[in-house]
Amino acid sequence: MISSRRQALIFLVALMPLLLLAIITALNIGATGVHLSALWHGVTDPYIRADRIVLLRIRGPRVVMSGLTGAALAVAGAIMQGLFRNPLADPGLIGVSSGAALATACMIVLGGAWLASGSWGVWAIPAAGMCGSFAAAYLLYLFATRGGVTSVSTILLAGVALGAFSGALTGILIFRANDTALRDLTFWTMGSFAGATWSRIGLLCPFLCVAAAVTTRLATPLNALLLGESDARLIGYPVERIKRLAMVAVACAVGPTVSFVGAIGFVGVIVPHLVRLVTGPDHRLVLPGSALLGASLMIVADTLARVIATPSDVPVGIVTAVLGTPVFVWLLSGSHRREVVS
Amino acid sequence: MSLSLQDVVWHAGGKTILHGTSLRFEAGQVTAIVGPNGAGKSTLLRIASGLLSPTSGTVTLQGTELNHLAPERLAAMRSMLTQETVLRARFTLRDLVVMGARVSAPRLTGQERTVLAEDLLGRIGLKHFADRDVMDLSGGERQRAHLARVLMQLEAAVSNKGDAPGFLLLDEPISAQDPARQHLVLDLARAHAGKGGGVVLVLHDLNWAVACADRIVVVQQGTIHAQGLPQDVLTDTLARTVFGLEEGRVQIHERTGKPYILPHDIIFN
Repeated sequence: MISSRRQALIFLVALMPLLLLAIITALNIGATGVHLSALWHGVTDPYIRADRIVLLRIRGPRVVMSGLTGAALAVAGAIMQGLFRNPLADPGLIGVSSGAALATACMIVLGGAWLASGSWGVWAIPAAGMCGSFAAAYLLYLFATRGGVTSVSTILLAGVALGAFSGALTGILIFRANDTALRDLTFWTMGSFAGATWSRIGLLCPFLCVAAAVTTRLATPLNALLLGESDARLIGYPVERIKRLAMVAVACAVGPTVSFVGAIGFVGVIVPHLVRLVTGPDHRLVLPGSALLGASLMIVADTLARVIATPSDVPVGIVTAVLGTPVFVWLLSGSHRREVVS
Repeated sequence: MSLSLQDVVWHAGGKTILHGTSLRFEAGQVTAIVGPNGAGKSTLLRIASGLLSPTSGTVTLQGTELNHLAPERLAAMRSMLTQETVLRARFTLRDLVVMGARVSAPRLTGQERTVLAEDLLGRIGLKHFADRDVMDLSGGERQRAHLARVLMQLEAAVSNKGDAPGFLLLDEPISAQDPARQHLVLDLARAHAGKGGGVVLVLHDLNWAVACADRIVVVQQGTIHAQGLPQDVLTDTLARTVFGLEEGRVQIHERTGKPYILPHDIIFN
């Protein structure tokens, strides 16, 4: 299916009220019977002041964090699928997720006592994750680059190898871990927005701003890269620079988010495909569409994670996987298959 | 404008593919590069386009070395149709052709690009396919669609800044075309040279090479075996030594005086 430009633009515009609806719904629903109206009534009415605080300090940052994470993962997935010309490419492919996982596991298991002894524990885990993800992406880039030329197929294969190696090391750490560390680690691998705070969002923002600024320059070069690297170069794009920029954008979008909220699967792979079904392959439409749809879906998934087992919080990674798997199978079946695999 | 290769050597995989080749292509001319399989024709074209950097030697376009030209300047001065373009995305034909002008003609508006793309699709016989998905076309139609994109790169650059038309480098542009479309494609290449642009074609069909080119370059085992006017180059001796054909295969066309090769007396086992 190739839709007209007009249809694609209508779709993009329609995603904005969808995001707004997701935000309002997410703020309005939760374990406690707090409603959005408390935001303004709570200013004057002392009885619902506490409700206002719940909205501003707990649900608000959580909704914003889940929206930003969804957008970051989906856009990173779209960039990776364009760069690798592979429909299964995932934001974690350049090592960011496995690097973050290993560093986080090291911090949780080996730094347990140190983490418990001070208030820095809240920051130490994401900081370790971020260092791990950037280090892994940079190592992979160095490994795949020879004489100024980066081989994307080497990144792809080395990324898989790095993932396996990091998985093995994480396994050793799990083997050594005590019960508390094991539980923390298990929850990290399933992802959660329960720890979202405005200060964490503040720390995340500079990275996401860099990613967003770089991404705006990638849309038309990524379209040309769909013709192959040689043709993109012949059209006049500096292909090696584009590859570096794409890796910077993905590392900045995924590394910090994964470090804060843990590994959340499927969104990065599925959302760009869903957007492409309507907009076609043009990255000028796919990238903003993925950001809007990724944010909306992650907010919905986190809202479900908060309410399906009230008062417990289900890890959001479980929700995205449970919802994502049937969608993925649907995409691969029937008439949609052609759009996804070609 | 001219495109020159000086003492170009290219090593790959422990083998020397080009042994110190020097060539000069002129604007306003169609040059056909012919030679047996694996002679180094495509490598020569890739080096001439700047896609490959020679192991030693230099390539200059209008007197400037290719690696000293900014990518967008180079994009406006030369374009190339490769053999291995693999588009795995469902772009419309119009979008594909417009893509050719994204870097070479930054000042053109979207409307101007669309008008030029549709004009080119008309000239290449794909006018009614502008809204079709490139992936749904046949192999031959797709090859012509990419040719339209490559032509767009140079023609949009001319509309953009009023520069002279650049060099059009085509690697086997008629390999997937029926006889009528082979004629159409080569006619477009000639028209480009007629407007003052340079054209370099790698062709396997010697008859088309003779009919269409002003000059023929014969490449064999990474060296220039012969070059010159078609009637001077395509001789019986060359057909035998370079292509391994039997003696007496080259005929002279009565009306045009140009040489041609007929396969009608070949007997298959």
